[in-house]
Amino acid sequence: MIRLEALTKVFPSSHAGAASVNHVSFDVADGETCVLLGPSGCGKTTTLRMINRLVTPTSGKVFIAGRDTDVIDPVELRRTIGYVIQQIGLFPNMTVAQNIGVVPRLLKWDAARMRRRAEELLAMLALEPAEFMDRYPNELSGGQAQRVGVARALAADPPVLLMDEPFGAVDPVNREVIQDEFLRMQKSLRKTVLFVSHDIDEAVKMADRIAIFRLGRLEQYAAPDELLARPANEFVAGFVGSDRTLKRLRRIHVADVMSTERATCAPSGVPTVRASDDLRRVASLFLEHGTDTLDCVDADGRVIGCITRAAVAGRLATAGAQEPL
Amino acid sequence: MTSGTVPQRSLLPFVVLGAIAALILFALVASGMWTDMLRYRKDVVYLTKQHLFLVGVSGSLAIISGIGIGIWLSRPWMTRYAEATIQAVNMATAIPTLGKLALMMALLGIGALPAIVGLWIATLLPIIRNTYVGIRAVPEHLIDAAHGMGMSSGAILRRVELPNALFVMFAGVRTAMAVNVGTAPIAFLIGGGGLGELIFTGIDLQEFGMMLAGAIPTALLAVAVDFMFGQAQYWLVPRGVNPLRNS
Repeated sequence: MIRLEALTKVFPSSHAGAASVNHVSFDVADGETCVLLGPSGCGKTTTLRMINRLVTPTSGKVFIAGRDTDVIDPVELRRTIGYVIQQIGLFPNMTVAQNIGVVPRLLKWDAARMRRRAEELLAMLALEPAEFMDRYPNELSGGQAQRVGVARALAADPPVLLMDEPFGAVDPVNREVIQDEFLRMQKSLRKTVLFVSHDIDEAVKMADRIAIFRLGRLEQYAAPDELLARPANEFVAGFVGSDRTLKRLRRIHVADVMSTERATCAPSGVPTVRASDDLRRVASLFLEHGTDTLDCVDADGRVIGCITRAAVAGRLATAGAQEPL
Repeated sequence: MTSGTVPQRSLLPFVVLGAIAALILFALVASGMWTDMLRYRKDVVYLTKQHLFLVGVSGSLAIISGIGIGIWLSRPWMTRYAEATIQAVNMATAIPTLGKLALMMALLGIGALPAIVGLWIATLLPIIRNTYVGIRAVPEHLIDAAHGMGMSSGAILRRVELPNALFVMFAGVRTAMAVNVGTAPIAFLIGGGGLGELIFTGIDLQEFGMMLAGAIPTALLAVAVDFMFGQAQYWLVPRGVNPLRNS
């Protein structure tokens, strides 16, 4: 678990001692992805950089797995924390394999093990190892470079991953693809991830919990569904947008709201849905076909449940219910 | 961009150089100058050794100290003084090398020592400047990523800053060595010896054979030194940051 306790940073140059980060406290459970969200200059990046001590806190504490990071040598600490930045920061003088091997080399792994690890990670990130191992960063596309950046952060299998707008420089189409890949990977790796973003859609998609910042203060810390259903104040409501109910639909799935009566309930001619579909598809079908009911089918096309407009409304009325992962 | 092999380099420059050399050789032999020149063979061997000593000692001292000073100026704690120092270095570069040698003679007398010190200073300046500029040009986010991954400052310098600055640093060394080799004949004027002895004496006596016996080895040395550092630049700078190799 990562625990932030009254974490505060006042930069010497800031006027009138205004704090860039002002008494921020929250916990991130092991294996969860926490997105730090807010407009630029809100302190989210500074908060992230205090966790690996690239920025030294003015006051307050960070505990990782119960250990006070204050008493660990910062260089040692950082080798146990994966770090991904928006500009990617691959070293242009090193090949892909050498880039991935940076932290393993600092940890004195032998060459064969480093190479095996690089191959394994590239394969996991859908890059053919034989083709990419010995390329230089200037021979990669933006999306490929970003995948290598993630591979490099994962190289020494750190339990914690800090990501500063990691997909911000990737074009929108590739960003969706990389986000999906990352989510799929995270399902099996279960890293504790802190992820800075200024994009509410990305946050809703990636986060188990969202921390919304404004002017160095934590405005709300909640699961995406709760944040969207019950914004704590005007600022949060404004930031998440007036279509926040539509945004909630992404994180709720058919399986969460269907009743399991095994008889067809939808009018004929209306497409069916699957248990793993999210409610955006359900809402689209409701609107498109003017119906209030849909059939949910399994992989063989057998009806396994029914979903009604009333059930969806009921689910939206209960905010922050436990979401299946 | 994706080719993993070294691109084929053109042979044209070598052909052109060879042709010019052959032409000059032919002219020398035809005019009888070649036999004149051969009379100075022993002097040429002796003075070439002296010349190489001047270039070798001042050049290697300049490379070692210039890179060292450049790195030192690029460190964060030097930021406050670095720009001013580089300005001073730029101004010092503007002083003609002959002036620098004369100055050294005034300070250190005549002989090989003032010549080596003068050549060292003239060679030092472009190396300091390019080392400093090359390191400062390494993007901030690379340094940030390196720190974030737990690299020590020493490791960042060795594995990130220097390799990425290396191409620019080599350009500085090539410029500096061209200055060095080009200035070395003047060392004769302050008693430093070297091939300048044949060149300047040849001019004074209107003995073109003698002059060429000094001038041709000097020119060959300049070409050889530049070729050597050019090859080193081509092969030692990592392919990912070497504009010569990723066309």
